[in-house]
Amino acid sequence: MTTETILDVKKLTMDFGGLRALNHVDLTIQKGEIVALIGPNGAGKTTFFNCVTGIYTPTGGEIFLGGTGKKPIRLNGIKPNRIADLGMTRTFQNIRLFQNMTVLENVMIGRHIRTQAGIFSALTRLPSARKEEKKTIDDAYNLLEKVDLADWANEFAKNLPYGDQRRLEIARAMATDPVLLLLDEPAAGMNPQETQRLDALIRKIRDEEGITILLIEHDMKLVMNLSERIYVMDYGSGIATGTPMDIKNNPAVIKAYLGEEVIDA
Amino acid sequence: MELEYFFELFLGGLVKGSIYALIALGYTMVYGVVELINFAHGEIYMLGAYTALIVASVLTVLGFPQLAIVVMAGLAAIIWASAYGYTVEKVAYKPLRKAPRLSPLISAIGMSIFLQNYVLLAQTDKFLPFPELIPEFEFWEPYSHIIGSPSLMILVSTVIIMMLLTYIIKYTTMGKAMRATAQDRTMAMLVGISVNKVISFTFVIGSSLAAVGGVLVASQMGQINFYIGFMAGIKAFTAAVLGGIGSIPGAVLGGLVLGMTESLATGYISSDYEDVFAFALLVLILIFRPAGLLGRNTTQKV
Amino acid sequence: MDTGIPMFKLSEIKKSLVVALWFIFLTFPIMVIKVNTIENFIAWRWRNMFMIGICSFVISLVWRYFQENEASGQRILSLFTQIPLVKRLKGMSVSERPTQDGVIRESNPMIQRIFYTLLIVMALLFPFVNDYQTTILTTALMYVILGLGLNIAVGLAGLLHLGYVAFYAVGAYTYAILNMHYGVGFWVALPLGGLLATLFGIALGIPVLRLRGDYLAIVTLGFGEITRITLENWDALTQGPSGIAQIPKPGLFGMELTTQQGIMYVYYLAVALAILTVFCTYRLQNSRIGRALMAMREDEIASQAMGINIARTKLTAFALSASFAGMAGVLFAAKTGFINPQSFTFMESAIILSIVVLGGMGSILGVIIGALILILLPEYLREVGNYRMLLFGASMVIMMIFRPQGIISNVRKVYKIDQGGQK
Repeated sequence: MTTETILDVKKLTMDFGGLRALNHVDLTIQKGEIVALIGPNGAGKTTFFNCVTGIYTPTGGEIFLGGTGKKPIRLNGIKPNRIADLGMTRTFQNIRLFQNMTVLENVMIGRHIRTQAGIFSALTRLPSARKEEKKTIDDAYNLLEKVDLADWANEFAKNLPYGDQRRLEIARAMATDPVLLLLDEPAAGMNPQETQRLDALIRKIRDEEGITILLIEHDMKLVMNLSERIYVMDYGSGIATGTPMDIKNNPAVIKAYLGEEVIDA
Repeated sequence: MELEYFFELFLGGLVKGSIYALIALGYTMVYGVVELINFAHGEIYMLGAYTALIVASVLTVLGFPQLAIVVMAGLAAIIWASAYGYTVEKVAYKPLRKAPRLSPLISAIGMSIFLQNYVLLAQTDKFLPFPELIPEFEFWEPYSHIIGSPSLMILVSTVIIMMLLTYIIKYTTMGKAMRATAQDRTMAMLVGISVNKVISFTFVIGSSLAAVGGVLVASQMGQINFYIGFMAGIKAFTAAVLGGIGSIPGAVLGGLVLGMTESLATGYISSDYEDVFAFALLVLILIFRPAGLLGRNTTQKV
Repeated sequence: MDTGIPMFKLSEIKKSLVVALWFIFLTFPIMVIKVNTIENFIAWRWRNMFMIGICSFVISLVWRYFQENEASGQRILSLFTQIPLVKRLKGMSVSERPTQDGVIRESNPMIQRIFYTLLIVMALLFPFVNDYQTTILTTALMYVILGLGLNIAVGLAGLLHLGYVAFYAVGAYTYAILNMHYGVGFWVALPLGGLLATLFGIALGIPVLRLRGDYLAIVTLGFGEITRITLENWDALTQGPSGIAQIPKPGLFGMELTTQQGIMYVYYLAVALAILTVFCTYRLQNSRIGRALMAMREDEIASQAMGINIARTKLTAFALSASFAGMAGVLFAAKTGFINPQSFTFMESAIILSIVVLGGMGSILGVIIGALILILLPEYLREVGNYRMLLFGASMVIMMIFRPQGIISNVRKVYKIDQGGQK
């Protein structure tokens, strides 16, 4: 099997004033992998996501996105919407759905960049525009079926239970036809059953849709089960990387999570 | 000649600017504590001026001496303006503290329109002559060709008020509570600060500053109507943004810069477009340096 | 009073008494004393004091009641929507399906069509009542257009625009000036006015792209004021404060119209333009672009992360919103035959905004009802007329506190999908 690098992050650095939130972080992801990014609270994981997806402009380092069939594209300084267009989308740690729109509409928004209709076709509703609109609805509905939310299609997003909202965010991100999906704590606030369903869903996305996945997660059971490789961050720097087995036994990781004293004891 | 003209404009700008600064402080303090553009602040200023006018007229008819009239009218303006500020916050803003950001702003615009028309209906839509509350000081006579007594009075009172305000905010318990609330409302609440009291206090202080500004301007201009608060409010807001909203020295600096700009621009370019300069400055500042001259840039949290 | 009503506790009555006293004190100088500064004469209006006392006591009790039982407060305030006519309006066009804690309304195209047809027929027959009524309704229809236009920016895209009247002015002056200098007719000016306003919308939009929320509101307000002041002072182009007179009424294939026919004709034009606006905004709302506007309103960062170009979407919102105001402006100039800068003050923007807020941000039917209420009510109830702006202001505050979604809340389209992906 030839491997293709999807995401290649080199020495990524982000400073806020005098505070260094990311310090020379390296990370690479191959096509078809499920990779986890873990670390204690405040380690810089979400900042890493924000830099990679263009919400922040990193102060140093380089980000390359591959897997689009062309040669890797440098993402530094590119706007988030262009990055979504290029094939990388994300979910948010503190769910950011379009609350006052329906579940289906939320997913239809994800189709925005893959469709063309402008003002003119909105007003005239020519056959081509109707066809596109119908396809958007069908595509969105199919995605809702995949995440088991089809029954809620016409419900306001804000009325969904917490776990369903997280799945809806995933469906919305998938609607952009990404090659790489970034999930920021997808299991936060879920009960064990929901987490198990999530585990299956993420695998399904990778296996059936061929979407590569990078996730931030605190639920270690999920991380160890699901991911093929793990990156560990602490204080803005990458401190370890390897298979779940490697990470479990890595003293640096244990130290980062449990602190110095426990190791000594 | 050239220099004299400039100097005249400069002083005019200074006087104007210090008034803007007084009103801007109210905006900036309220914004600092509750993150709301108190759109009705200009109306509080107008109400202060009206109260002073009414009280002064009543006292004149009753035959009080000049000094007593000045003091009592000024005090009445401060008391009632504060009362209005306090009430406006309780009625229009407090119920909306957890609402989406646009809601309190729309409520504030509504309040502003309401107060304008309240005065319009209860009083009159015409301009009322405002009594000369500030007398011509005799000792100042020799210098009055440089700067008149009312203008001098404005400058002096502004400086005194700034010093007082700085003292309150830096050293009193309430001032410290205000700063804490501005930093982090939840945290302030957790350490036992009564946030409601702090917010009320902020509105009261801001409103009394506006009232002082209102009285000073009105006695300098010589007339008032129900609409004076609108333009004054917008300009003071511009001053607050110019200096960096939320920053107290910023409001003062912003007020002075705005006053100077207006005075010089009307003096050298055209007086027809006086208000346009203020708006243009506001637009430019918000576009190029939204944090203002003394404000800090903040990154939005995701 | 305190014995007969068991639902108010004694403590609440006491509190309301305190409130009443507070308001008597608060309003004393403004409400009670009236000075005549020229003759140094003072009128004491004690009656006002008692009125304030009694009113604030009652309002305070009611207010307290609302805040304590928010649900029932909601219900009482939405009493308005229970008024038979309004209810029927709503019931005809939508059938409600309660969900967990929101309501999604399902459009019923069949009934809706009949309803709208009836409405249009009524509208077409209306001018045979009398001229005065026709003129008033024409004004109301123009506010419907303006309200719907502003609704695109405020309701759909969430961009609080306080200088909307500037675009209205651009439209009106486009017709007036082009007609004065080049004899351009109404039908040429109408699209031109719309286009020019659109360009103005984009020109304003570009510099304010980075601004959010309240800052945007203030800058747009500044923009509106700059426009008005410029109109007042650019004498060479606009004839300054005295305005431009003798703007011709729209032509009808070169026919000479009597005054009465002219009024009717302008009315029909207003109806047509209003229908066009409803049609456009409705189609827009349920389209790819409309959804992008709404997504931006809901969450700018998330929508950008989903691939929406925020800059372009904002400009689209400003441009579309402005275009309707521009066309309304041309119609306004044609209707009154005379325009001056005083027609385009901030108060005008505030009125349009309160139409949108009162009717329901994002709801087409809501905005139409809002415009009709706010413009027609003061016309027909003369006593209310004087208190118009006072009530506008108060209703904006009250709506935000008790019913921020407006009279008619935002209705979302319900998509019906046949299982198996085929529709």
